[in-house]
Amino acid sequence: MDLKLKIWRQPGPDAEGKFVHYPVHNISKDASFLEMMDILNEELVANGEEPVAFDHDCREGICGMCSLYINGHPHGPDDSITTCQLHMRKFKDGETVVIEPWRAKPFPIIKDLMVDRTAFDEIIQAGGYVSINTGGVPDANAIPIKKENADLAMDAAACIGCGACVAACKNASAMLFVSAKVSQFALLPQGKVEAKRRVENMVAKMDDLGFGNCTNTYACEAECPKDISVANIARMNREFFVAKIS
Amino acid sequence: MTKLDSKIPAGPLAEKWTNYKAHQNLVNPANKRKIDVIVVGTGLAGGAAAASLSELGFNVKVFCIQDSPRRAHSIAAQGGINAAKNYPNDGDSIYRLFYDTVKGGDYRAREANVYRLAEVSNNIIDQCVAQGVPFAREYGGLLDNRSFGGALVSRTFYARGQTGQQLLLGAYSALSKEINNGSVEMYTRREMMDVVKIDGKARGIIVRDLVTGKLERYGAHAVLLATGGYGNVFFLSTNAMTSNGSAAWKAYKRGAFFGDPSFVQIHPTCIPVHGDYQSKLTLMSESLRNDGRIWVPKKKEDAEAIQKGTLSPVNIPEEDRDYYLERRYPAFGNLVPRDVASRAAKERCDEGYGVGNTGLAVYLDFKDAINRLGKNVIEARYGNLFQMYEKIVDENPYQTPMMIYPAIHYTMGGIWVDYELQSTVPGLFVGGEANFSDHGANRLGASALMQGLSDGYFVLPYTMQNYLADQIGIPHFPTDTPEFNETEKDVQDTIDKLFAVKGNTSVDTFHKKLGLIMWDFVGMARNKEGLEKAIVEIQGLRKEFWQNVSVPGEQTGMNVELEKALRVADFLELGELMARDALNRNESCGGHFRDEYKTEEGEAMRDDSNFMFVSAWEYKGVDKEPVLHKEPLIYENIEVKQRNYKTA
Amino acid sequence: MSVMYSSITKKIWMSLMGLFLMIFLVVHLGINLLLLFDPTRELFNVVAHFMGTNPIIQIFQWVLFAGFAIHIVLGITLQIQNWIARPKGYKVKASSEDTFFSRYMIHTGIIIMIFLIIHFANFFFKAKIFHSIPEFILNGVPTGMEDMGILVVQLFQLPEYVIGYIVALLILGFHLDHAFQSAFQSLGLSHKKYTPFIKGLGHIYSIVITLGYIIIPLFIYFTK
Repeated sequence: MDLKLKIWRQPGPDAEGKFVHYPVHNISKDASFLEMMDILNEELVANGEEPVAFDHDCREGICGMCSLYINGHPHGPDDSITTCQLHMRKFKDGETVVIEPWRAKPFPIIKDLMVDRTAFDEIIQAGGYVSINTGGVPDANAIPIKKENADLAMDAAACIGCGACVAACKNASAMLFVSAKVSQFALLPQGKVEAKRRVENMVAKMDDLGFGNCTNTYACEAECPKDISVANIARMNREFFVAKIS
Repeated sequence: MTKLDSKIPAGPLAEKWTNYKAHQNLVNPANKRKIDVIVVGTGLAGGAAAASLSELGFNVKVFCIQDSPRRAHSIAAQGGINAAKNYPNDGDSIYRLFYDTVKGGDYRAREANVYRLAEVSNNIIDQCVAQGVPFAREYGGLLDNRSFGGALVSRTFYARGQTGQQLLLGAYSALSKEINNGSVEMYTRREMMDVVKIDGKARGIIVRDLVTGKLERYGAHAVLLATGGYGNVFFLSTNAMTSNGSAAWKAYKRGAFFGDPSFVQIHPTCIPVHGDYQSKLTLMSESLRNDGRIWVPKKKEDAEAIQKGTLSPVNIPEEDRDYYLERRYPAFGNLVPRDVASRAAKERCDEGYGVGNTGLAVYLDFKDAINRLGKNVIEARYGNLFQMYEKIVDENPYQTPMMIYPAIHYTMGGIWVDYELQSTVPGLFVGGEANFSDHGANRLGASALMQGLSDGYFVLPYTMQNYLADQIGIPHFPTDTPEFNETEKDVQDTIDKLFAVKGNTSVDTFHKKLGLIMWDFVGMARNKEGLEKAIVEIQGLRKEFWQNVSVPGEQTGMNVELEKALRVADFLELGELMARDALNRNESCGGHFRDEYKTEEGEAMRDDSNFMFVSAWEYKGVDKEPVLHKEPLIYENIEVKQRNYKTA
Repeated sequence: MSVMYSSITKKIWMSLMGLFLMIFLVVHLGINLLLLFDPTRELFNVVAHFMGTNPIIQIFQWVLFAGFAIHIVLGITLQIQNWIARPKGYKVKASSEDTFFSRYMIHTGIIIMIFLIIHFANFFFKAKIFHSIPEFILNGVPTGMEDMGILVVQLFQLPEYVIGYIVALLILGFHLDHAFQSAFQSLGLSHKKYTPFIKGLGHIYSIVITLGYIIIPLFIYFTK
């Protein structure tokens, strides 16, 4: 199949960017989206042009490194997958495909389609852990945990930290990401111990970093490649409320 | 000639580690602050070690190639992590886990290391649960276990199909906690370029900032490499795009011996190759073999019709299906170890019974499991994997059997380390997949996560401390010394040399060619003739690379092509060493299968009298033959037998 | 006030005030509907008089003003912060993935605010500040109460006012449709069993409120 690509090119963090048009030809419908990008880059390299910079690593939908805002959707038009799992059969022959980077103040562009998501690491560093050291912990079966809660915690913990929620949100809010981590620990007895401190610190860090406010549009949930539920946001609101009044 | 000292502590097997810890040197808390440690890599081994060393009080500098330590490729492990908890009461024990691991590795692993691994496996589960890792649980609230290839007990703990992710996020959370405490300095988007040695000891590294393109220097009292495996030498593998062998290779070139480089694991359940533009292979968890049955058509004409697309597998009647694993290995059936399952698939496809349009695939069928347990149960167990398969292949595995084929997955070989996980360069420690490790010639499923975390949480924090105990008088290392200057210049020279080539062939083209040579001759089945040919071809390709590679762009700023070129340059040397090692090992064991050495039934035939050793290769210079050192393997606590998965 | 508080604190206040205003809307509608059942306007004027003079209600009136003020100030602050959080927008905007009305809360909110100002000018200021409302005369007998009802009836004789009122109320309906369930979400009241019920109730609430208010001008206009 042939496609018309419109790709955001920006040489560096402070440089001016613009959309550049690239036609690509004879792409197999079985190729993945990033393989299509590889083919484009091979052509660019062969012509002595600078290849398009984009983040990617595991190419199996789990590392969270790949991003790309494709035709108005983070991770492209297909549901419940990352860009690396998106396949060209989801596009029509001759279609125009607009590829943009994640747009949010706390995610500055590094180059082209590559953004800096260190802000997410900083939020986790503010409290996304159980404060225990290696060693000296009780037996793994010492505290039984309700299966339902363990499953809900796993649902939340499945977050890959890709930032699609921020990219999708009209407010560039990071609530889904933060609430997934807060929920995972809120649902487990191990995490309960420092629940108050955690939610306060993580939310404060999120606000400091300049993410927008959640207005419950639920675009994050719709675009999340791992289907993280907005019920986690409600849970975090609750945790926060309880923390503030206690 | 350097003598290999594996430093195995004296005493009975079960007491070695306890004795080691009881008598090792420690660093007093006030002095730990004076000591710097470098950790390269933030996967399970690196992340866990960095967090644990920081908790002890050392200053830790951590480097990772991705934009965040949370993205290391440990994250992609799906199935689970083994531990000898014996929660299901099915007869498991530390000894049995140790025994299965040594046997699974075809008696090419070091007894003392494996026993220690089995011993600390239980601590890992405790630690991870305390960190809030949401392992699967039963309705009673206790942890659930599943079974895995190569074992007769259920000892695998899991978190859906994302166990690696959850364990890595556990280690990442511990690391984040330490970054917040200020004792870990985190450097992301950095690639290690070389190890700096001062007076023969590892004292620092040169890294390249992948965003600015600048070379940077970091000094420390000890260096830990946890940089993963080198499976990407095959171009197509289940490894991540940035997974590479360069850090280990640079360590090798600086004097660390390379152990068993030819021991590579080929995973039997990957999605088959679909086109020459393909960039990577996707693994489908081995756990699928718990419920899926593997088969190919019995009749060659059926296989051919399927390859042509004129016949659907669902129309092949039961009696015309060859469940070849169940046929050949009645006791273990579809749960034979990975090497056995992979070779059996290759054997069927080579004979012309393969399916899919390439004929390079076999079926993994859930029809019986769905009939027996219901679609809901199968969906609960493997829903996410089935969904992933459908997204990639565009076929519904609930209706049509999945197609799978073996792919490069893991490298048992790596930098040779002693019992303390220290390489032959003092002060240079190596953990996780990067070391030649505890898996011998074949790794059992769910053991990589166990080894990574064992090294990271429970072994390296002790053994590195033992080394660092006599370093307390040495101040922080300045990085403007001649040693740093020279090493950085070496790196800069290599980069300049790459840009100077100005050829017209892309890096990926060379990488793909190398991958094909490796897959054809140093892959699932090897022979003398092929290996000799591979060595010559790799040398030729290497020469061509340095004459004709194209590296566009600038040295400064981000340059992905340069990054790839540096890695492929190393792979072109590493591939040759792998072929040499495979050529030298005139036997079949585990993942290393030589056509010349097999039983009449086609099973691997070991030669214990001549090859019961670890190959440790010493670098002697560019285009010079490396020197082989042998570490004999002595089994005092285990009876060495031919592996048998036909009867229990 | 609001810039200093955390995003979630602001949201909690936003939703608490919102819920409070939603209750007020029900009370207000209840009173307005009295006009439909009593052509003499007696019921309506009696209640209006009570609301305008009862000391408790008078105190509550200031709480209500505060509620409006907090809700509006917070809403605008949140929105400004949200615009700052994405300095450069996308070329292609997603349209389908979020709930429709949630996208336009600031827009509907501002229109409602403008309506509110007009509404105040027409009724509240006339009653409380200018005291320009005629006395209610029931069956030729002066009652000592202001004839709020006649004000309503007179205004709803004007077609432009009726149309403007209906448009404003429809926009209020859109605002409420998202607001109802959103308030519960912000307060953390989410449950896999009850959340679908709350969402359904939110739709019903917004439809009933909107239709309820709209019926009155239509009734008055067409029965004049």
